[in-house]
Amino acid sequence: MSKPKFAMYWAASCGGCEIAVLNIHEKILDVDANFEVVFWPVAMDAKYKDVEAMEDGSILLTLWNGGIRNDENEHIAKLLRKKSQILVAFGSCANEGCIPGLANFSPASEIMTTAFNTISTDNPKGILPQPHYKMPEGEIHIPTILPMLRTLDQVVDVDYFMPGCPPESHQIAAVIDLVIQALQGKAQLPPKGAVIGAGASTVCDECERKRNVKTIKEFGRIQLQHADPELCLLEQGIPCNGPATRSGCNSRCPSAGAQCIGCYGPAEGVSDYGARLVAAFGSVIDSNDPAEIDRILDGLVDPAGQFYRFNLAGSMLKASIPAIRANGG
Amino acid sequence: MTEDTKTFEPTIIGFTCNWCSYRAADMAGTARMKYAPNVRLIRLMCSGRLDPTFVLKAFASGADAVLISGCHPGDCHYIEQNYKALRRYHLLKRVLGQLGVEPGRLKLLWASAAEGAIFAAEINKFVEEVRALGPLNYNKYPLAVQAHGMVGTEVPA
Amino acid sequence: MQRITIDPITRLEGHGKIEIFLNEEGDVANTYFQIPELRGFERFCVGRPIEEMALLTNRICGVCPEAHHMAAAKAADAVYKVEVPRTGKMLRELLYSAFYATDHTTHFYALAGPDFVMGPDAPVAERNILGVIHKVGLEIGGQVIQMRKYGHTVVEIIGGRKVHPCTSIPGGLTKGITKEQRDEILEMGKWAIGFAQFSLKLFNDIVLGNKTYVDLILGDIYTHKTYYMGMVDENNKTNFYDGKVRVVGPDGKELVKYAPHEYTENVAEHVEPWTYLKFPYMKKVGWKGFVDGADSGIYCATPLSRLNAADGLATPLAQEEYDKFYKTLGGKPVHQRLATHWARLIELLYAAERWVELASDPEITSPNYHAIPTGKPTEGVGIVEAPRGTLTHHYWTDERGVVTKANLIVGTTNNYAPISMSIGKAAKSLIKKGTVVNEGLLNMVEMAFRAYDPCFGCATHSLPGQMPLEVTIRKADGEALDVLKQYID
Repeated sequence: MSKPKFAMYWAASCGGCEIAVLNIHEKILDVDANFEVVFWPVAMDAKYKDVEAMEDGSILLTLWNGGIRNDENEHIAKLLRKKSQILVAFGSCANEGCIPGLANFSPASEIMTTAFNTISTDNPKGILPQPHYKMPEGEIHIPTILPMLRTLDQVVDVDYFMPGCPPESHQIAAVIDLVIQALQGKAQLPPKGAVIGAGASTVCDECERKRNVKTIKEFGRIQLQHADPELCLLEQGIPCNGPATRSGCNSRCPSAGAQCIGCYGPAEGVSDYGARLVAAFGSVIDSNDPAEIDRILDGLVDPAGQFYRFNLAGSMLKASIPAIRANGG
Repeated sequence: MTEDTKTFEPTIIGFTCNWCSYRAADMAGTARMKYAPNVRLIRLMCSGRLDPTFVLKAFASGADAVLISGCHPGDCHYIEQNYKALRRYHLLKRVLGQLGVEPGRLKLLWASAAEGAIFAAEINKFVEEVRALGPLNYNKYPLAVQAHGMVGTEVPA
Repeated sequence: MQRITIDPITRLEGHGKIEIFLNEEGDVANTYFQIPELRGFERFCVGRPIEEMALLTNRICGVCPEAHHMAAAKAADAVYKVEVPRTGKMLRELLYSAFYATDHTTHFYALAGPDFVMGPDAPVAERNILGVIHKVGLEIGGQVIQMRKYGHTVVEIIGGRKVHPCTSIPGGLTKGITKEQRDEILEMGKWAIGFAQFSLKLFNDIVLGNKTYVDLILGDIYTHKTYYMGMVDENNKTNFYDGKVRVVGPDGKELVKYAPHEYTENVAEHVEPWTYLKFPYMKKVGWKGFVDGADSGIYCATPLSRLNAADGLATPLAQEEYDKFYKTLGGKPVHQRLATHWARLIELLYAAERWVELASDPEITSPNYHAIPTGKPTEGVGIVEAPRGTLTHHYWTDERGVVTKANLIVGTTNNYAPISMSIGKAAKSLIKKGTVVNEGLLNMVEMAFRAYDPCFGCATHSLPGQMPLEVTIRKADGEALDVLKQYID
């Protein structure tokens, strides 16, 4: 009897999710033993035409990482949705946009004009790439960039959501175990739409730093001090997104002395991640005087970036007004 | 801004607190003080209850501006929670500014229960200020305006 | 005209496609190697605090985030003009050396290896890392897995996490290592040296011991004569973390050796309208099109170029391999691009030796790993050697240290022109009139880029958006007659 089929694909992403999967180390052999890998561009040579030739629903499990940036991403998302029984939004990009989602702060056109006119770019005519271009031998194509970076579930129906940038390897291993057990009839998969491979609480819950009542008189920068390694970072005025970020990573970054930047996405029960952090940070500012509040907030040099770093595309507003207006909104 | 700003009627959501500002609005109503109908009031028990998510949801759903109103500093029915509203408002304004939402679209107003006339006047002023800014049209963006569809975005029972 | 499309290219990091046009005779008329992806880092880093660059630019590439992390960290140091204490520099380079060993392992065994271990036209279902493990056996497969595990463990100990390290900040790091951690790192490093030597032996047996492969490596199909770039220390020995950038010509003679802040005088990026990636070239030589030779500014930046650009390697075992390499291939510089796979394994050995060297230094456990910057932040350039090429990060900030402008020239971007040429040449040599073009043959065309270990996620950090239109009307020889524009200022 043939093994169930497995696929993994990357859209507007960085490859970190692929590395995280490879970092399950020996467990990759379990994947090999229990699945037939039919499409995984980083690791094997199946092409788009091979996917198009597959029967609908013939791939049991597809892990999709990456945001939807261009029309090729969108096309492949719809293609793989058709060919797969279970489609997982794998990693922060697919779930909420992740770092590529920061592009939604600006009109997409500005992004192009920046890249093709940098200090080292030799482009006196201001040439910009074209989706269709006639060369002497024929017309060649590259995908059209779409006006917004979108999450996977803003484009297709998604079965499960696995957050993280990337998802931690021990979480990936646990999910693979669960799927293999389910295949053998020994376990049940969670209900459709569930968040898998992550905790149900916040990073603060997993963090081992000491916490007291927070009274922030100053927001600082991590490089301009030697932070106390035992005390909560936010309490020391170093911005940290632990209060709104989903647990599951063992509070890796605060344990290493760095702030939680929020790569695991919104915690359980959070509708808008940035709003949750506005509430949290707002609550701990130690002043009731508007002028003093402003002075303290001046220390937070990029609040929108701090609060929507991984999450802009998946947030309630999804993009800035200039970006939306450039889209004809 | 493509619409004629003179004929544009702003849609404004006003979050008022049960003990002061909502009663101010009530007072303006019973005294038949005329004030612009553009503000739809939503009553919270306290301005400190205002989750910044409500403001974002208002904008995402098509509001052109949002008003937050509560008891004067020192008069909060729950002692200090209007100060939370104050701090969140300051921070939220900065975040919205980075998203291109003009500061004039978010207003914080302290009003006691007896200040019906002041409340009405402030609303009228705010409506004209927003009219001059023009429509925001956040919800014209083609995607759904609901919060991201992940399980876990609903508040557990 | 008949066309063959390879889409997507596989067993690399990132996205790309190859268009091969055949004329009526059935020979290759031309090939186009197009990069279809972009995200926009140079735009959306603007407005972010400088210390976040080492975290945000990690996400340019999850295979080599360590490279971006280090380049961004060094650029941020330069922005503040802060000198990182010796322990801080050593910790960063130690993390970096362990990462190099892991990354080169991943490339050789998982990405490129299948072509050699299974054969370039083995069935697709077998021509991958899982096929390799089946063929070489679980014992060897287990060693590969262990090397990756060790490397990522070091990254996690010093960098805080296995993927996307978080501990480099302007002036140093957020944490140091304990003596126990140092001992663990040292043990793993010693094992890594053994693994590197084993990999070189494996290459020797499986590849150099196979005449077909040797002919492939030495043959003309995958050979190009261009400039070669690599970072070197003050003794002109390769250093991945710090030094100056040295470029030598196709004849091996030094063209230039520049410090990070001098990169704009030496490198420029050419633009073509049919791809989202730009083509860097040596500015003083000039862009002459997709051609080889000393008159063409095209250069490459790969393990092969690094060995060509350096006078040797700073550690003894790797230096021996370096000597053997050039002796076998007939002297410096080596132009055969498939030899890059061999050069990569020599670098694996150097990285492992450097790993042990740094871990053995008594100051590596010192608590003096961070100097608080005192200068006003302004502008800075940080350059490191990414496994896939010289990586340049350049940031301008305001007086608060918030980024106002960014410019990135990323590892694989350096190689876009030579990769395009390599693919073109391979296609023209392999596909002729009467050739049966099957999947295995097309894979051999792809092998032309795999030697470079490309990372197009890195290369395509930039992002265009709403499609402005520029139509260039050309004569048959390519000369532009007229340019029509829309949405372009």
